Amino acid sequence: MAKSIDVSDLNIYYGDFLAVQGVNMTIKARSVTAFIGPSGCGKSTFLRSLNRMHEVIPGARVEGKVVVDGQSLYDPSIDPVAVRRQIGMVFQRPNPFPTMSIYDNVLAGNRLNSRRMKKAEADGIVEKSLKGANLWNEVKDRLNKPGMGLSGGQQQRLCIARAIAVEPQVLLMDEPCSALDPISTSAIEDLIHELKSDYTIVIVTHNMQQAARVSDETGFFNLKATGEPGQLVEFNPTKKVFSNPDESATEAYISGRFG
Amino acid sequence: MSTTIDEARGAGRRPGDAIFKGTAVGAALVILLALAGVAVFLLYEGVPGILGAREETGSSFVAYVWPLVYGTLVAAVIALVIATPLAFAMALVISHYAPKRLAKPLGYIVDLLAAVPSVVYGVWGITVLGPQLVPMYRWLAETVPWIPFFAGPASTTGRTIFTAGVVLAIMVLPIVTAICREIFAQTPTLHQEAALALGATRWEMIRMTVFPYARSGMISAVMLGLGRALGETMAVALVLSASGVITLNFISNTNPSTIAANIALRFPEATGLAVNILIASGLVLFAITFAVNFAARAIAGRSARRMSR
Repeated sequence: MAKSIDVSDLNIYYGDFLAVQGVNMTIKARSVTAFIGPSGCGKSTFLRSLNRMHEVIPGARVEGKVVVDGQSLYDPSIDPVAVRRQIGMVFQRPNPFPTMSIYDNVLAGNRLNSRRMKKAEADGIVEKSLKGANLWNEVKDRLNKPGMGLSGGQQQRLCIARAIAVEPQVLLMDEPCSALDPISTSAIEDLIHELKSDYTIVIVTHNMQQAARVSDETGFFNLKATGEPGQLVEFNPTKKVFSNPDESATEAYISGRFG
Repeated sequence: MSTTIDEARGAGRRPGDAIFKGTAVGAALVILLALAGVAVFLLYEGVPGILGAREETGSSFVAYVWPLVYGTLVAAVIALVIATPLAFAMALVISHYAPKRLAKPLGYIVDLLAAVPSVVYGVWGITVLGPQLVPMYRWLAETVPWIPFFAGPASTTGRTIFTAGVVLAIMVLPIVTAICREIFAQTPTLHQEAALALGATRWEMIRMTVFPYARSGMISAVMLGLGRALGETMAVALVLSASGVITLNFISNTNPSTIAANIALRFPEATGLAVNILIASGLVLFAITFAVNFAARAIAGRSARRMSR
């Protein structure tokens, strides 16, 4: 079920403003791809264009191609809702649905088709997803309690469980640990390692150590210049990016001499 | 929380803060005093009416006021049944469906409905809406007379309690729409994006995030609308051809009256004990409206607690 993503000549606009320009890359299936770069360089915008979530913002649009498993995401015949069912997303701040229990939060995506599920089937999905998100042992005795009652790290793992409950092809993570403490962060990073065997994972992070720890390949985004659109500066295996990058700008950024 | 209160007390020594505090407390007291004054007046003038109703009207006060209470509630309920779904739908269109360029003017237009004086609504109800509804009443009385609400015989003027309910519905629409629109628009983007990222359609997203978030506000909005519909006087007094009966038949010539309309119509010619009886019926309306608002608070508070848990 994990799929690779081919991006070619992608330009992303907010209205007339060109936010990201000319991105080409191939994201491999069953691997973790990390995007790093300074704030405002378009990493999150690019990530959100991979499941057409950026369209939620009025005026946002793209030019170019994003192809998942031979299917162009921006083909006029493709429904963005269908895209998002295939490509899940985890956000910067944990966002479980406040009125739902842990159990209902996990099943929220599965229930969207208004499909009736048997109780046993639903129980199975909840257990499998929560185990997949390494949360089962912590919450199995209080599945009917509200999801908001969990700690921040638990809430984020609940959101991951909710995303994988619908068995997507790709999992996008937008700085999933930036609101979490180090222990929760470590729990999520372990989880990313495990999820990689089943899913194609794309993660945006401000934490370069995290990119180095969890990812197989790394893309470095930067603004061309102040006021210019963001662009993909370098896209290489993570080991190479952090030891011997092709671009001097990449080295400057990861070594902290950012200019 | 306690620290902020302590800080405010410490700051009370500064003249600006002292003046502001004095004004705020004063304003709050004026509200309480006015409310208490109204209650005292209603009790003082109304109790003799309640006690003396039998010698004035030949029956007990309860027998006098009950048909009015019934009419008041029926008119308000008809208004809410019509207005609530419309208001929710309009608020959603403005907050989530219409493009920004269209949403703003649409909101203003709905707000403008609130600026129309109620007399105008009343006159419009008599001269335009009532006659327009007559064919529908006739059709209902012929086609579905087994439904008690539409038993007929159909009114020939259209001045029925149903027409009054429709007019009231239009009058409460702006307040309910405005409140709902504000609350819908406040739904956290984070939750809405969570739903959309799971592959929810816009309507599914609204059901998963906007409605649960806004539930208590929606209830408060409807209750505020109910309060307005209960107390509305002029439009009902003009539209309704009232004979003070208790009936489930909403489309005939004989309709229940409402408390407010009854007071408005009878007060100019009332003398002596009759005035006290009318004031006593006002006291009943006051109690009903108070109970409605109290219930609204309780419901809103309960779901607010559920959200924060």
